[in-house]
Amino acid sequence: MNNDNKRIRLEDVSKTWGGQAAVDRISFDVAPGEFVILLGPSGCGKSTTLRMIAGLEQASDGRIRIGERDVTHLPPGDRGLSMVFQSYALFPHLSVADNIVFGLRSRKVPKSERKERLARVANLVDLTAYLDRKPAQLSGGQRQRVALARSIISEHPICLMDEPLSNLDARLRGEMRREIKALQQRLGMTVIYVTHDQVEAMSMGDRVILMEAGRIVQDATPDELYNRPATAFAASFIGSPAMNLVTLAAAADGAVIEGEPRCSVASHDAKGHLLGVRPEDIVVLPADASGVPAEVVDAEYLGADSIVRLKVGRQELRARLDGVPGVARGAACRLQWAPWATHFFDSGDGQRLALQGYDLSAAPGRLRQTQAAQRSGVQTPRGSSGKYSPGVNP
Amino acid sequence: MLIHNADRRMQIYGALLLLPAAVLLGTFAYLPTVSTLVNSLFLPGFRGSPPEFVGLENYALLIEDRTFWRVARNNLIYALGTIPTSIALALGMALFVNARLPGRGFVRMAYFTPTILPMIAAANIWMFFYAPQIGLFNKILGALGLSGVNWLGDPSVALGSVIVMTIWKEAGFFMIFYLAALQSIPPELKEASDLEGTDRWSFFWRVTFPLLMPTTLFVLINALINAVRVVDHLFILTKGGPNNATNLLLYYVYENAFSFFDRTYAATITVVILLVLAVVATVKFTILDRRTHYQ
Repeated sequence: MNNDNKRIRLEDVSKTWGGQAAVDRISFDVAPGEFVILLGPSGCGKSTTLRMIAGLEQASDGRIRIGERDVTHLPPGDRGLSMVFQSYALFPHLSVADNIVFGLRSRKVPKSERKERLARVANLVDLTAYLDRKPAQLSGGQRQRVALARSIISEHPICLMDEPLSNLDARLRGEMRREIKALQQRLGMTVIYVTHDQVEAMSMGDRVILMEAGRIVQDATPDELYNRPATAFAASFIGSPAMNLVTLAAAADGAVIEGEPRCSVASHDAKGHLLGVRPEDIVVLPADASGVPAEVVDAEYLGADSIVRLKVGRQELRARLDGVPGVARGAACRLQWAPWATHFFDSGDGQRLALQGYDLSAAPGRLRQTQAAQRSGVQTPRGSSGKYSPGVNP
Repeated sequence: MLIHNADRRMQIYGALLLLPAAVLLGTFAYLPTVSTLVNSLFLPGFRGSPPEFVGLENYALLIEDRTFWRVARNNLIYALGTIPTSIALALGMALFVNARLPGRGFVRMAYFTPTILPMIAAANIWMFFYAPQIGLFNKILGALGLSGVNWLGDPSVALGSVIVMTIWKEAGFFMIFYLAALQSIPPELKEASDLEGTDRWSFFWRVTFPLLMPTTLFVLINALINAVRVVDHLFILTKGGPNNATNLLLYYVYENAFSFFDRTYAATITVVILLVLAVVATVKFTILDRRTHYQ
């Protein structure tokens, strides 16, 4: 199959409802065979963008191209794509088999070929035993598979998915995530996948397009989105718990965390802006170590790790520690993080600033820093690795 | 023993809950049915003498009665003339007002207006349409240079005129049911089929129409009952004439009971109507239900 009809390009596409822009001049490219995630909170315009690509909504402005064709004004059926809906949109009165071949009948595919393709696809999504059932007699996961089968059988090179897993329970969701990803790779489909779930975005996407209020905030790989968030919004949207964001104030020898003037964390340039540190990048040390003084508010034990809430000045930070938290409520402690673990964002527009934090650590911090540097040399050229085990707890 | 008692108490409790409905139905539906059935086996007593038991003689008389067959044939034509047309029209109107169009609320109300009118009032309005000299239809025909038709007076046209009026009255009512059913069909179904390039016509026959089947079945039964049950307009428009050309079964029952004072013969016709309706409804539910998808 010619790869060209799998390429999708959006050029300055907008959608306005009565003067209100739901999608505001967004542009991006999707390469053939790529799995691209449209991520964002509800109301950010991600579903509207998908529906414009599908042709279910007309773009108010801009161009949409699929391959070499300008499809901006083409009806949905002529765009050569299929779609999986959040509600699955199965026809309740038709059997699973009839649901799957619905589109083939519309396109007047001969009966023998329909049968053959149905058998193949049903086998692919493990539905062969259920072909005679009605959708109401299926479980949520099976309905989801029927919807997938319906889009696969069309053999369109592009598949759009609108929050397809949000009606499933957590366990099934994890299973279907892997299944969809495997299917996509096996069939070489180009997929645009809308979700508000960061886990789906990080685990499935080759690329994640993060949207907020109708605009693209960041268009990057999951790794880059996590390790180099472009704005404070991106930083706070990805990660569970999200990145700590604290306001910096001016002090004698640099910028300090507001309300905690004893330990400066960055140069003067950073004052008034936001400092971001991921919870897993914070090392909690005894009160006699060097670092930012803090007080333990409470700790939440989650099994593999614990989330510790810490009070620094007037602000609150969260740290992720391995295993059972070895800190007592109300205990004083010191916090450290490596310079590469710090992110700075403009306090006004939230844009990322090219600054780096001070090295807060004495010996233990430096040791970890060199370890991290070694590891990052293999992993990523940017000198940062997302997850490593936090330091020793008192 | 204790369990047995509790069980019995539950049964009494349940029976008591059913009692009010059972009493109402019994008094006003089943008792009259049985007494009608009994009445149909008697001849009316004249001048104070008691009714005389005659067995099935009334039924034998009915089979011989040419007016009855005429009226039954009229009613069949009336049913065939009103039911399919009013259902098709109702579905068409519902599809039309379900789409996005300006002034949708107004159009919906306009379509529903005939339903709110009492049948007597509607029939009076149509009297003016059908009147031979001053009627709207003949005025229009006259303006076009055509000679008028005696809409209600000509035996070959009268039944058709009554049918047209009934369709006008019923279509709006059935439209409401279709409209409600259409709005319960999720819009994603249309979107999913659009993505497959399914044209509108094919979507209607493959998705919309099958999903509307429960409504169609309901409307069909209602239309059938109405075709036998509603005769108000005959009182205003034709009184069954001319020469029984527009006489329908229930009106014939009325005539027998209250104009000719032959109560037992009226009861006989009623029993026959009941039997026919029961058979038709059973057949409809058993055959169509199997092919109907309920959500």
